[in-house]
Amino acid sequence: MDRAEILSRVTDIMRDVFEEDDLVVTEETASDDVAEWDSTNHVRMMVAVEGEFGLTFETNEITAPTNVGELVDLIEAKLAS
Amino acid sequence: MGFSLVDLPWLTPAPADFSARCRSLPGEGTSGHLLQLLATHRLGSREALAFRRALSRCIEAEVDLAPLSPFRLAVLSNGTVDFIADEIPAAAARHGVAVELVIPDFDQVVQTATDPNSAVNRSGPDGVLLAVDYRWFGFDSAAEDGEAAVVEGVDRLFAAAEAIRSHSGASLIFQTLAAPPAPLFGSYDRRVAQSPLAMVEATNAYIVARAADVGGYVLDVAQLAARIGLDDWFDPTQWAAYKVPFSPHCNGAYADHLGRLLGAIRGKSRKCLVLDLDNTLWGGVVGDDGVEGLTVGLGNPLGEAFLEIQKMALTLRNRGVVLAVASKNDHQVAMDALQTHPEFLMRSEHIAVFQANWSDKASNLEAIAKTLSVGLDALVLLDDNPAERAQVRAALPAVAIPELPTDPAWYPWFLQSAGYFEAVGFSEEDKQRAVSYSANAQRAEVESKARDLGDYLSSLGMSLSVSEFDLPGRSRISQLINKTNQFNLTTRRYTEVQVADVETRGDRIGLQARLRDRFGDLGMIAVVICHIKDQDEGRTAHIDTWLMSCRVLGRKVEEAMFTALAEVLRSRGVTYLSAEYRPSQKNHMVREHYDKLGLPLLKEDEAGIRTYGAALDDLRTFDLPLALDVRVPTTAS
Repeated sequence: MDRAEILSRVTDIMRDVFEEDDLVVTEETASDDVAEWDSTNHVRMMVAVEGEFGLTFETNEITAPTNVGELVDLIEAKLAS
Repeated sequence: MGFSLVDLPWLTPAPADFSARCRSLPGEGTSGHLLQLLATHRLGSREALAFRRALSRCIEAEVDLAPLSPFRLAVLSNGTVDFIADEIPAAAARHGVAVELVIPDFDQVVQTATDPNSAVNRSGPDGVLLAVDYRWFGFDSAAEDGEAAVVEGVDRLFAAAEAIRSHSGASLIFQTLAAPPAPLFGSYDRRVAQSPLAMVEATNAYIVARAADVGGYVLDVAQLAARIGLDDWFDPTQWAAYKVPFSPHCNGAYADHLGRLLGAIRGKSRKCLVLDLDNTLWGGVVGDDGVEGLTVGLGNPLGEAFLEIQKMALTLRNRGVVLAVASKNDHQVAMDALQTHPEFLMRSEHIAVFQANWSDKASNLEAIAKTLSVGLDALVLLDDNPAERAQVRAALPAVAIPELPTDPAWYPWFLQSAGYFEAVGFSEEDKQRAVSYSANAQRAEVESKARDLGDYLSSLGMSLSVSEFDLPGRSRISQLINKTNQFNLTTRRYTEVQVADVETRGDRIGLQARLRDRFGDLGMIAVVICHIKDQDEGRTAHIDTWLMSCRVLGRKVEEAMFTALAEVLRSRGVTYLSAEYRPSQKNHMVREHYDKLGLPLLKEDEAGIRTYGAALDDLRTFDLPLALDVRVPTTAS
């Protein structure tokens, strides 16, 4: 799966969790930029990502990503391993 | 095959636009029915969250949510329950309850309970769920005095519960505890009162007994976690990161078990199990195979599986679930099977309403509900046929219908895991209920209203492919010719050699038909043999044999087959078609087959043989709800 595909699926998840159909997501989109990206929705996002990509985050990974690019990096690395 | 409880496999998958549909709510025509229907799918965490938000908006906008029963539920926990809470509203709606959640701060159980002005106590909850786990009791390590630790913990829990009840008047819902998987000593743990396992087990026994004393309910999390497997239930990563008490992939199963308990508290549990017969209650098709040809009983693997299904139905009956039958069958033939098969456990006296006929299943379910004076939402249908399930779901969404795997050995798992008959009590009346309905199976009148099945049939995405007899089809063709009894116009039997003969003889046309729909390939389901004759007035065809599998009844496959036949005959230069019906013990259902196809009846003799005929140009044409593919040689002979 390439980065664009990962980003597209992550975008769908963020739109669902943040309940914003036309949310524009880029790799630079950071938790500080999006009001709805709070700690509760972060967990929802990460759980949805695990389900969507069929992977499991480790304890030190699960809270780490602070922007979409870092999250895509993490997913890419987990899928490759 | 296997069974994964966390996937709620008895539910149908959520439609692709589920979240979008939720986001459009509330809208024109939003109702409790619509929400319940939407919730009755297998949902991921995203879909469940979309539903939670939609329901909140509906409650906020004061939409009338009947027939859902409103229930304000507070959840007190020593862990983070926000994400579990995401999945509760959909699960509760599935079981007839519109939940409004009150979630206080994390790990404030005693403070929330004892403060009369806490948000929970002021919210006027209908129920309070004390969702604490072994960690709240301090059972994550060994105690010095195990018995004292258990008594202290249980006292603390029930003191909190009493405080809530006195401040808010809410019903109390307790949870049993899932045991932490890590052993202290190993197998010796059960002998040592201070081991976490022994303390959890002792606590569960206390919780169940004391909940009964105080009139509270119990959500059996210990059993749920055991079914899923403790190693899959607990998730140390989630606990370390967020204090989430168990793995998020179990949220859906947990929420559904809570939802069915809330439904039972509100009197929403279902009351009647409606059984299909052929390949659901027994193996085989009684109309074709005969009573002696059915597979039920000991010594045969499939027979054992069907015996277990009958046993399950009787077990449910003994606990008060009413049994009924809805089956496409001849009444007397089906009744004979239930009364005379030597290996059956189930007999006609166990069945309150017995609907074996050729009407569509939805009409029969309506008749059953009416006879029992219950709503359609009290019915559960067990049916092996995915197309029948889809049809009834489309026509009567209030009826619960579990999805089933192909292997009948797993049917009891699917049905009994779905929580349709959840109970919060078991009274003398319950014990007698199933018996109190007429001990002799009664038949209800089916209202003969024209149900518009056009949309449903189109939605099946059927395609019928018709071709002439050939070598690959030969053995299945002769099997059908020799086995089919009910949908068989003349019941003429031919050997495989005779079938092969049809392929080569110029004065014979043999057609075989295969049906596919969106649920899969139904295989060869129809065979027609015609005799061709050149006479003075032109070339004629006579239908010597027409038979079909009863599985495809009510799908207009007869009309498609007739259309295909006319096309083939036309290509062969035939100008006149004749046909006959010859009565047998079992083929009464097709007595008017040709009449329905618009072929004029020419005569009926004293033996009941009916003869038909018409010019090919005068044959009726039909609007077909399926794709018809006729593959025959284009050259006329």
